[in-house]
Amino acid sequence: MAVSSSVEPDVSRVAPKPGRDRPPNPYFRNLSSKFATVPMILTVLVVFVGGSIWTVVFSFTNARSFPTGEFIGWDQYERLFRTKRWAISVRNMAVFGSLTLVFNFVVGFLLAVFIDQKIRFEGVFRTIFLYPFALSFIVTGNVWAWIMNPAFGLQKAMRDLGWESFSFDWITNKDMVVYALVIAAIWQGTGLIMALMLAGLRGIDEEIWKASRVDGIPKWRTYISIVLPMMRPVLITTLVIAASGIVRTYDLVVALTQGGPGLFSEVPAKYVYDFMFGGNLAQGLAASSVMLLTVGVILIPWAIVEFSQRDKNK
Amino acid sequence: MTDFTANKMIAGVAGMSSERRAMPSGPVGTKPKRLFEPSRVFIYTVLVVAASFYLFPLYVMIITSFKDLEAIRFGSLFVPSNAPTIEPWIKAWDYACTGLNCEGIKVGFWNSIKITVPSVIVSISVASVTGYALANWPYKGANIFFTILLVGSFIPYQVMLYPLVLITAFLNIFSTLWAVIMIHTIFGMPILVLLFRNYFISVPTELFKAARVDGAGFWRIFFQVLMPMSLPIFVVAIILQVTGIWNDFLFGVIFAGTKNFPITVQLNNIVNSAQGVNEYNVDMAATILTGAVPLTIYFISGKLFVRGIAAGAVKG
Repeated sequence: MAVSSSVEPDVSRVAPKPGRDRPPNPYFRNLSSKFATVPMILTVLVVFVGGSIWTVVFSFTNARSFPTGEFIGWDQYERLFRTKRWAISVRNMAVFGSLTLVFNFVVGFLLAVFIDQKIRFEGVFRTIFLYPFALSFIVTGNVWAWIMNPAFGLQKAMRDLGWESFSFDWITNKDMVVYALVIAAIWQGTGLIMALMLAGLRGIDEEIWKASRVDGIPKWRTYISIVLPMMRPVLITTLVIAASGIVRTYDLVVALTQGGPGLFSEVPAKYVYDFMFGGNLAQGLAASSVMLLTVGVILIPWAIVEFSQRDKNK
Repeated sequence: MTDFTANKMIAGVAGMSSERRAMPSGPVGTKPKRLFEPSRVFIYTVLVVAASFYLFPLYVMIITSFKDLEAIRFGSLFVPSNAPTIEPWIKAWDYACTGLNCEGIKVGFWNSIKITVPSVIVSISVASVTGYALANWPYKGANIFFTILLVGSFIPYQVMLYPLVLITAFLNIFSTLWAVIMIHTIFGMPILVLLFRNYFISVPTELFKAARVDGAGFWRIFFQVLMPMSLPIFVVAIILQVTGIWNDFLFGVIFAGTKNFPITVQLNNIVNSAQGVNEYNVDMAATILTGAVPLTIYFISGKLFVRGIAAGAVKG
C-alpha cells in the first residue's frame, strides 16, 4: 500500500501545436486520469465529506419527516442523552462491542495458532471456521434465533434429553439478551479474525522460530512474547476493522431480537434508523452524529499513526 | 505473479512489505507429524470441538428445513426427522407469506439477482478504472482523495444514509434499482479501488512504458494491456462484491423500493410475518435459500475469497 507511484507518465510528449508557444495548460494534463477518477472524487466530496457535514448540521434543527425546520441548538442532543432507549443502546453497544472484540480476538488468534501447527486437513478446518463470514447477518440472526428459541430450540432439546434444569432463554431474557447477540456475532466473526491472524502468523520469519528453539524457549512463550508483539501492525489493523464493523451492527439485531425484549437489545445504529425514518429525522441525525464522533475518536489516532508511518516508508 | 500480488495485498493490510508474508496457502516447512502424539491429540480435539460449534447451526438449519411441523413440535433440535419432507422448501420458495403477499422468497431471489448483477458490473468497472488511474496515471492531489476515501470507509453508514436519500431523490431514482446500484457502487469503492490500485502498482512498469512508446493512451493501455492480464484480481473483486451485495440488508430496505426488495429483506419479512403459527421449517428453508448463493461462491472460490477479505479487510 505504498503511496508512491511506480510510473510518472510523460505528458510533455504532447507537443504544442505549431504556431503556439504557450505551454499546455497544466489543468488539462493527464486529463483522462482526472476524468476517470471523477466518481471517486464525487464519492469523497459529496457523500463522505458532504454527507457527514450535512448530517451534523441538520442534527441541530427540529426537522421531523423532511429536512426542513429551524435551528434549535443542542436540543436534539439534550433529548438524546435524556432518552432511556439511547442509554440502553449505548450500554448494549459497550457490552456487546467489548465482549465481541475480546472473544473474537482471543478465539480467532487461538484458532489461527492451532491451525498453524502443521496439521492435517488444514483447508477443511479453515473452510469450516470461515464459512459463517460469507453469510448475511440476517441469515446468522435467523439461525441463532431458532437455536435459542426457548420453546423449540436448544433449551427444549436439552430438557428432553433429561437435563430438566437446563435454561437457555437468552433472547427473551432482558438480562441475557446482549450475550445472545455476542454468541451470534462470535459465530459469524471469528473466522475473519482467524484468517487475518493466520496471514500474520505465516508472515513471521521462520528464522525467529529457529532462534527461539535454539534458545530453548517454550512454544507458548514464543507466541506470547515474540510473535504477538511482531504482529502488532496486523493486530491494530484487524482491531480497527472489527471495531468499526461492530459499531455498525444493525441487521443482526433486526434478525435476532428486533431490539427486544422491550428495548433491552437496542443498539445505536437501530436507534438512528428508527428515528430517521420514523418521523423524527433530526433526532436520528443527532444520534448518528454521536456515532460519527465515537468512530472518529477510535479512528483518528489510528489513521494518523498509520498514514504518517506510511509516508516515512516512502 | 498472482501470488506475489496477493502477498503484496496482505502485506499492505498488515502494514508490512516483506515478500515473505505469504497467504495461508498451506503449511510450510516439515511434514506433518504422526497423528497420535498427546500434543497432537489435544490440538485436533480443540479443532474438532471448535469446528462442531461452527457447523452446528448449519446442521440444525438443514435438518429443521426437512421436518414437518409435528416433528418440530415433538422432536428434538438435534435429531433429523425420520420422515423428511421437501414441502417446507417448496413453500419457502414459492408461496410463503410476507404480510398479505404469498409469493415466497423467489421474488426476493430474482430481485437480488437484478440488484447484484448490475451493481457488481458498475462498481467494478468504476473502481478498476479509478484504481488504474491512481496507480499508473497519478496526478497531483489524487492520493489525497484516495486517503480520504479509505478513511471515509470507516464512517458508519448511518451518517450518510439520509444525505444519500436526498441525493437519490434529487436524481429522481429513489426507490428504484438505479438507487441501489449507485449506493453499492459508492460503498464498494474504497475496498475495490484499494484492491485494483495495489494490483496495478505491482504490474512491472516496463509493460506500461512499452505500451506508451507504442503510442497507446490511457484507455487503450487499460483495455488491451492491463485488463487481459488482470483476470485474477477481477475474479477476486467479483467474489467480494457478489457476496457483499447479496448479503446487504440496510441499503436494500431503504433504497430499492418495496417492489425490488432483495432476498435478505424478503427473508426477514417472511420470518416476521405474524400470520397464524410460526413455521420454523419454512423459515429455515428460506434462510438456507438466502445463504445458498454466497455459500456456494465461498465453497467454490476458497482461497480467492480469503484473498478478497484479506484485502477487503480495510473496509470491514
